[in-house]
Amino acid sequence: MVWGVLQFPGSCDERDALHACELAGGEARLIWHEERDLGGIDAVVVPGGFSYGDYLRAGAIARFSPAMEAVAEFAGRGGPVLGICNGFQVLCEADLLPGALLVNENLRFVCRQVDLIAAFSGSEGGKSCDRPDEALSIPAKHGEGRYWAPDEMLDAIEANGQVAFRYAPGQNPNGSARDIAGVRNEAGNVLGLMPHPEHAVDAMTGSTDGLRVFDAVAGARA
Amino acid sequence: MNAPAASSPHRELGLTDAEFDLIVAQLGREPNRVELAMFSLLWSEHCAYKHSRKLLRRLPTEGERVVMGPGENAGAVSIGEAHAIAFKVESHNHPSAVEPFQGAATGVGGILRDVFALGARPIAILDSLRFGELDSLRSRHLLDGAVRGIGHYGNSIGVPTVGGEIYFEAPYEHNCLVNAMCVGIAKRDEMVRAAAAGVGNAVVLIGASTGRDGIGGASVLASAELGDGDEAKRPTVQIGDPFEESRVLECCLELLGKGLLVSLQDLGAAGLTSSASEMAAAGGVGIDIDVARVPLREADMEPFEIMVSESQERMLAVVEPGRVDEVLAVCEKWQTGGAEIGAIADSGLVRVLRDGEVVGEMPVEALVDGCPLYDLEPAEPGGWIYGNRATLGASATAAETLLALLGAPSVASKRWAFEQYDSIVGSRTARRPESADAAVLAIPEADAAIAVSIDGNGRRVACDPYAGTVEAVLECTQNLACAGAEPLGLTNCLNFGNPEKPATAWQLDRSVQGLADACEALGVPVVGGNVSLYNEGPEGPIYPTPVVGMVGELPDPLLAAPSAFATAGDAIALLGPFEPTLAGSELAKLRGELGAGLPQPDVAAVAAACAAVCAAVRAGKLASAHDVSDGGLACALAEAAIGAGLGCEVDLQHLRERGCSPEEALFGEGPGGFLISGEREKLESLAGDGVAVLPLGRVGGEAIEIAAGDRSLTVPLAEAERAWRSLGERLASLAT
Amino acid sequence: MGAVRARVLIRPKEGILDPQGKAVERALPALGFEGVGHVRVGRLVELEADDPAQLPALCEKLLANPLIEDFEIESIDGA
Repeated sequence: MVWGVLQFPGSCDERDALHACELAGGEARLIWHEERDLGGIDAVVVPGGFSYGDYLRAGAIARFSPAMEAVAEFAGRGGPVLGICNGFQVLCEADLLPGALLVNENLRFVCRQVDLIAAFSGSEGGKSCDRPDEALSIPAKHGEGRYWAPDEMLDAIEANGQVAFRYAPGQNPNGSARDIAGVRNEAGNVLGLMPHPEHAVDAMTGSTDGLRVFDAVAGARA
Repeated sequence: MNAPAASSPHRELGLTDAEFDLIVAQLGREPNRVELAMFSLLWSEHCAYKHSRKLLRRLPTEGERVVMGPGENAGAVSIGEAHAIAFKVESHNHPSAVEPFQGAATGVGGILRDVFALGARPIAILDSLRFGELDSLRSRHLLDGAVRGIGHYGNSIGVPTVGGEIYFEAPYEHNCLVNAMCVGIAKRDEMVRAAAAGVGNAVVLIGASTGRDGIGGASVLASAELGDGDEAKRPTVQIGDPFEESRVLECCLELLGKGLLVSLQDLGAAGLTSSASEMAAAGGVGIDIDVARVPLREADMEPFEIMVSESQERMLAVVEPGRVDEVLAVCEKWQTGGAEIGAIADSGLVRVLRDGEVVGEMPVEALVDGCPLYDLEPAEPGGWIYGNRATLGASATAAETLLALLGAPSVASKRWAFEQYDSIVGSRTARRPESADAAVLAIPEADAAIAVSIDGNGRRVACDPYAGTVEAVLECTQNLACAGAEPLGLTNCLNFGNPEKPATAWQLDRSVQGLADACEALGVPVVGGNVSLYNEGPEGPIYPTPVVGMVGELPDPLLAAPSAFATAGDAIALLGPFEPTLAGSELAKLRGELGAGLPQPDVAAVAAACAAVCAAVRAGKLASAHDVSDGGLACALAEAAIGAGLGCEVDLQHLRERGCSPEEALFGEGPGGFLISGEREKLESLAGDGVAVLPLGRVGGEAIEIAAGDRSLTVPLAEAERAWRSLGERLASLAT
Repeated sequence: MGAVRARVLIRPKEGILDPQGKAVERALPALGFEGVGHVRVGRLVELEADDPAQLPALCEKLLANPLIEDFEIESIDGA
């Protein structure tokens, strides 16, 4: 298993993601945003941070990088893609995932450990996360993480089983629609979420529940 | 005889007539405009430390772990075989009082640059903040802006903000304090110094382009007392761009990793003027800067404007001529600016050129070391020179008093603030804010961990500058001990009022002596620091506020004890030479009973207690460890209980046998107290060798129950928690 | 014939919660400004384009996110 972790100017959590991929099992390497060739990797992580300073809109500029073009092709071929926080914003801006992320309801950045209810419903991918009764303890940290989509789109992604994670009741930190913390594409191979599974892979820093998210992505490999 | 003209530009720039005459004497002629601007900045308090430099010579700066000491961009201590921890604290008080968001943000940006200028990757930020009382709209506005600004910069650049402190006191109302500390890790063989070297080497400016930001900032913003006119100063406020800084940071670390730089220095206060002059002075060389080659953001800037601009996110590097192209290629990779703007010369001069034509020429020594150093004229004031305002009636019961203290903004949980900071990026944060007394970071590179703490209770320093400053050092040491860490080194930021006033001069003198004596006694070297003077508002000086930042080492990050209790049934004890009094306490403040004087701390006894706690934590003997600080033992008990969601039953009889009244035992403050919990036998085994352990009671129940004679109290845990967590709600209900 | 200077106004779509607008709205009465409502906070982008015909596509693709934002293009030169 070889993971590729994208690196944009302004990425912050790429080294953490690299480390998490290694802990999840496999090799991992950074992919500079100007690389067009992903070079035979098995899964891609679009990491957190503030690519291009989050200027204009979070993720709006990074989506046009050469590496993101390659990621779109990779996803189109069924390759597993995980977008975390800023990476989730990039995937939404690139139309690889439905919806958009808006500024938090209270206008403040929030850094807090939250419980996530994993809600994978299909049999494809997401094996290790298909535990609707069990919460994952994973930190969230963002200023623009309020998930939003028009009601029809929300109904549709719920009906399709595309809502991958919800904040546990009472723990929605940003005003996200229907407590949605993460979504998948229709095919199930592209997953994005605001909380940071790569910061929940070591008991030393608080939790190891994030490893399950990486396992799920690895399991989505076609 | 030099009779200054009626309108003398040097006075407007903050130079005295005598200083101006000295400049003329050293140059052998009158300075031109470029030279006068440069002299006025380098001879300002901010750059020349002219009122504090003599005092700072008292501080111990040497130790076997010291890798870099004062004089470099930051201090550094060794860790493991091959690494070093670099750290420094610096103030950005006056810019923050004018525009809190950008002031605090650029304060963080500046201290980050100081650390990566050494070749260290920043791994943590801590902040020490002071504002006026929360019932002031101005204070809330400054608090809100500063917290947002710190978060904006630190979060965006991906360096975790892992700790800090905030106090609210009326004397900071007009002059808030924003001190930021950065900690970084470096490979020792990749570190560089700031000294320029190698005649003929190129000088390369890396990073953002230069605009008219903060022109005159160092002398106007950093050395003038703030009055009603702060609005007019807004145009000179610097704007921070963390995205630019993150590229500059990665660029510089890549350049240093490839060994492409001879030396590196950040551009801070006084911009190119100070970085070029100081690099030349440290290397004993001269430097030529051609302002026509500096990339500008605004056309038609005057040479003096380019030399003094405080545009952020810039670094100055010395590069061997044959490697300039390689350096510029790395700059391009990171999409940041890189321009060769000058050269190292053997002239001993700072020469400013425009397209090859000399527009300023000054001896490096005159610029950097020529400023006269002044002796203070200290005089102890007759008594308490600050105000008193009672907000808690004398008839309050002990339970009401505890709730009032827990809800006092300086004591209450700062979750509202620290949740706005990314405290975990980098995957090193083993103890997040409020989970332990010190922040704990893993250093896997050296198979070790560090604990970091920042402290400085200005109110207690105001009561007694000597004892209060010793206490600040002791509190840091105690915080580290709770984490199982031994101190490696210390950085400090001395925030004081106008040193030309005898009372402030006395505070500064006594405080520095306290810092020196405490560091000497504890064997902790001072590896760097910063001085911020002239912190005054219309009603007088701020509380004298030496902020101490300390870094310690522990073998394993998981050893650090939590500050909250762990298990119902555990025994609770008080360890250390704690002799609480109400002098200078939070309770004395609430009652409006503050006055001069504090008991003199017994540093050796506290050090022995720290060593005992540190060893016990490392041996896994303690379930929790928390130092007794603001609000006294009752507040420490409440904090440990709230954090655990467990009550406690405690009797203060043994403490009262030390001669304390019930009130002093509950709410009195002083150094040397550790609140520890765990198995009874293990706690008792810590007594001896001059270390006292007093049994207090046990963990359990749903209330904080404290027997203290006629001031015994019972407060339901939920009620205590509501009071302690009230800060966010209070701020949400008030306008900012 | 030179470039056309244009101004692009971008605002959150009607119906999307705009907490920045709400914050401004809440702050106004405290400052003595009554009777102000429906505040929406957006962005203003000024640019010069050789070919103004490409502006709408440029806005759709980069300057605004059509899912959540509306935009208007104004010419500054009054052409």
